[in-house]
Amino acid sequence: MGVWQSYRLRLERKRWRIRAFRKRRNLVRVANRTDRIREDDILVFSTFRNEAMRLPYFLKYYRDMGVGHFLMVDNDSDDGGAAFLADQPDVSLWSTTASYKRARFGVDWLNWLQLKYGHNHWTLVVDPDELFVYPFCDTRPLRALTDWLEASSIKSFSAMLLDMYPKGGINDVAYRPGQDPLEIANWFDAGNYSIYRNPKYGNLWIQGGPRMRVFFADEPWRAPALNKIPLVKWNRDYAYHSSTHTLLPRGLNLVYDEWGGEKASGVLLHTKFLSTFAAKAQEELDRKQHYAAGREYRAYAEGVTQNPDLWCKWSEKYINWRQLEILGLMSKGNWA
Amino acid sequence: MSGPVGIVILIHTAFDRAEQVIRHWVAGGCPVVVHVDAKVRPQTYDRFVHGLSDLTGSVLFCKRHRCEWGTWGIVAASQAGAEMMLERFPGVQHVYLASGSCLPLRPVRELVDYLAERPGVDFIESATTADVPWVAGGLAEERFVLRFPFSWKRQRFLFDRWVEIQRRFGLHREIPEGLTPHMGSQWWCLTRETMTRILKDPARARYDAYFRLVWIPDESYFQTLARLYARNIESRSLTLSKFDFQGKPHIFYDDHLQPLRRSDCFVARKIWPHADRLYEAFLDPSEQAMKGAEPNPGKIDRIFAKAVERRTRGRPGLYMQSRLPNEGWENGFTSAPYSVFEGFSDLFEDFEPWLARTTGARVHGHLFATHGVEFEGRQDSFAGALSASAAIRDYNSRRFLTSLIWMTRGERQCFQFGPFDQQIITWDLAKDPNAQISVISGAWAVPLFLSGGDFAELRTEAARLQKIESEHLKALRSPYAKARIRIWTMAEFIESPLEALQTVIEEFPGSTPRRVTETPRMVDLTGFGQFLQNLKNEGMHPYLMGDFHAGGAPRRDEPPRRKRYLVR
Repeated sequence: MGVWQSYRLRLERKRWRIRAFRKRRNLVRVANRTDRIREDDILVFSTFRNEAMRLPYFLKYYRDMGVGHFLMVDNDSDDGGAAFLADQPDVSLWSTTASYKRARFGVDWLNWLQLKYGHNHWTLVVDPDELFVYPFCDTRPLRALTDWLEASSIKSFSAMLLDMYPKGGINDVAYRPGQDPLEIANWFDAGNYSIYRNPKYGNLWIQGGPRMRVFFADEPWRAPALNKIPLVKWNRDYAYHSSTHTLLPRGLNLVYDEWGGEKASGVLLHTKFLSTFAAKAQEELDRKQHYAAGREYRAYAEGVTQNPDLWCKWSEKYINWRQLEILGLMSKGNWA
Repeated sequence: MSGPVGIVILIHTAFDRAEQVIRHWVAGGCPVVVHVDAKVRPQTYDRFVHGLSDLTGSVLFCKRHRCEWGTWGIVAASQAGAEMMLERFPGVQHVYLASGSCLPLRPVRELVDYLAERPGVDFIESATTADVPWVAGGLAEERFVLRFPFSWKRQRFLFDRWVEIQRRFGLHREIPEGLTPHMGSQWWCLTRETMTRILKDPARARYDAYFRLVWIPDESYFQTLARLYARNIESRSLTLSKFDFQGKPHIFYDDHLQPLRRSDCFVARKIWPHADRLYEAFLDPSEQAMKGAEPNPGKIDRIFAKAVERRTRGRPGLYMQSRLPNEGWENGFTSAPYSVFEGFSDLFEDFEPWLARTTGARVHGHLFATHGVEFEGRQDSFAGALSASAAIRDYNSRRFLTSLIWMTRGERQCFQFGPFDQQIITWDLAKDPNAQISVISGAWAVPLFLSGGDFAELRTEAARLQKIESEHLKALRSPYAKARIRIWTMAEFIESPLEALQTVIEEFPGSTPRRVTETPRMVDLTGFGQFLQNLKNEGMHPYLMGDFHAGGAPRRDEPPRRKRYLVR
């Protein structure tokens, strides 16, 4: 990479940070308990809209993992989720009615909160429908991972999005608040992923899974990106570029080995495809607040009404992280 | 009265755990000298000292040095601790160097007994630089002949530049006379006698001055000097300590409890400070003795050796979010052998079912057909939920192929290929040593011949296909081709199809070499020669299929025949 490109990426990073700074005005404080954040707490950052159903399990899942504090942005929910969060002792909550799209799909808001509260913390940026899985997560708390990353001088950790779905129509089984979504959506595609390298930012571009197989079979290039780097030892100079797919400075995107070895990585189990999905797709489609004018949701809305079953004969039933490791979806790297 | 084994502990963090372990040693009858890193804040230090004040008789704190990885401080700390140990605890016969993140795995009395049975034996891993494979990052010999005044961690730029300058100008220094540099684990257990002779050596000032500028002297100071004085060296460490590919110690967690127990080692390092179960289990005073077994870290070694292998070599043929090798670094483009058949399904009516019957392999149709993927049974998805959509396959055909082979590990895959198909994968197939490619060149003319369509169109199509296959064969015959490749012209092949099929089948894995007893059914080629002749008459010269008479059968009498083409 030449000096010129390096300089341009630097300018770009500055731009995102300035943008985050401006967009801070979108955020209205609802409950700020950030003074309770301890020096070595692991922080979760998340933005959501109408996820009241999922929030109880989301908090439980990450509390059990050892997360110290949640910093959440409520984008104009009207289902009571915000009130629930505002009562939680380890949650700081902001709300906004501003455009999700114009905050670059929430990235600006979270960049701001991370800049302000995430400095020198391990930060995990996940949506309420994403469950983080890492090597040994059934026997070692998240702090074991971050301590190890820290000792290995690794600053960012990759966890690709793995779309989970039920067997049968996604509306067949109703999801109850507090329930583990994996009780219903416990199937996934094990090996139909396309991977390319993005030369500009150095990150990978992973697409595939059931969404490509079912919704984008004719235009696979339009399928959503699945590569994510959600866990970062944050520094106030960093910025997410587009969702958690890309970071700046670009060195943080080099979460993969190029010389044949495997780096350690995890998976974000994406439990979007539950009974809550159809309504959400319709709503999001009407709001037109999503990537590329909701192309994704349009495809879903059409697909969902025609054939809501993402399951196929070759789908794999989820067991645990070791299964994902053996299948090659994630890796222990040299963590043993 | 103190016991015969004294423990010197170096601590810089996790003080609550260190205190637990110190109490454990003391309870087992071992006096302890503690070195706390000079970087630790005074309040923390005072609190720590105060917390151990009830053990004044058996726990002492020595002069503090600044300990930074790779620098002299750690050696100075060990010296200070050992000096105090020898001076204040005259009963100590062995000095054991440990760190705050070390955890005794066996009851202390077992270690005491073990050492008592081996009086005068020094346990210190010590090997000459030429003989150690584990030196990470070069600087094996050089750490002894260059000077390292800069910190590798904090002053990397200066460190690197200064090394370069010394190399460039040959600024080598003399190794003090009488010393042969040795290296090894910094966790040792030395006898009082050896320790005394090292510390009281009249030349010590000279040696210390030399080692002060050696890189990572804690891995070489005692290891080198012990060779001067020890009478009986056992070159191994009693502390189980594994290192990864960058020279960082591996860390033990709760889930290592069983392998640690079975290792029969006396002490392990490094333990994650929050590994509650490990501390609970191994510091339990009622912990059972292990019947005096010799340390045997083999089992736990394997776990960590595998981790290093995974990190450096990876799983061949796997492409994923944290492994995307540059071209040439895949260490195997695909994960397992597979077979590609070209022209066979054109020439034989029932080739696919026949092949599946004969070999037991998974036989697909044309995976790269332009209209869609022809998985076995023409299903619309396959292993790993691969889609049969041509668009998805063509969006990343390499990943399509490597995923297919990866997801079906343990089952051999076969598929058909030909000039009708997407050709983009050609070079990847040719270069892949896992590919077994068998070609009947020119067989694509058979379906044209059988279709009996408009001759002008057939002629154009034949010309196009011949051009494509000719390009493909060029790749297969290029010096870059690493696949197992066999090419017959169609004429050659139908002369002795059984023999040819036998050759291909024999390469399939299986305990016994298979005999081909039943051949697939060949299409009726009556008139094929005439068809080719007609193409020639139209000015399109079909040459890939070899020589056919206008009569239909290949010319059997024509000398000399070309030999079967075998490319490896």
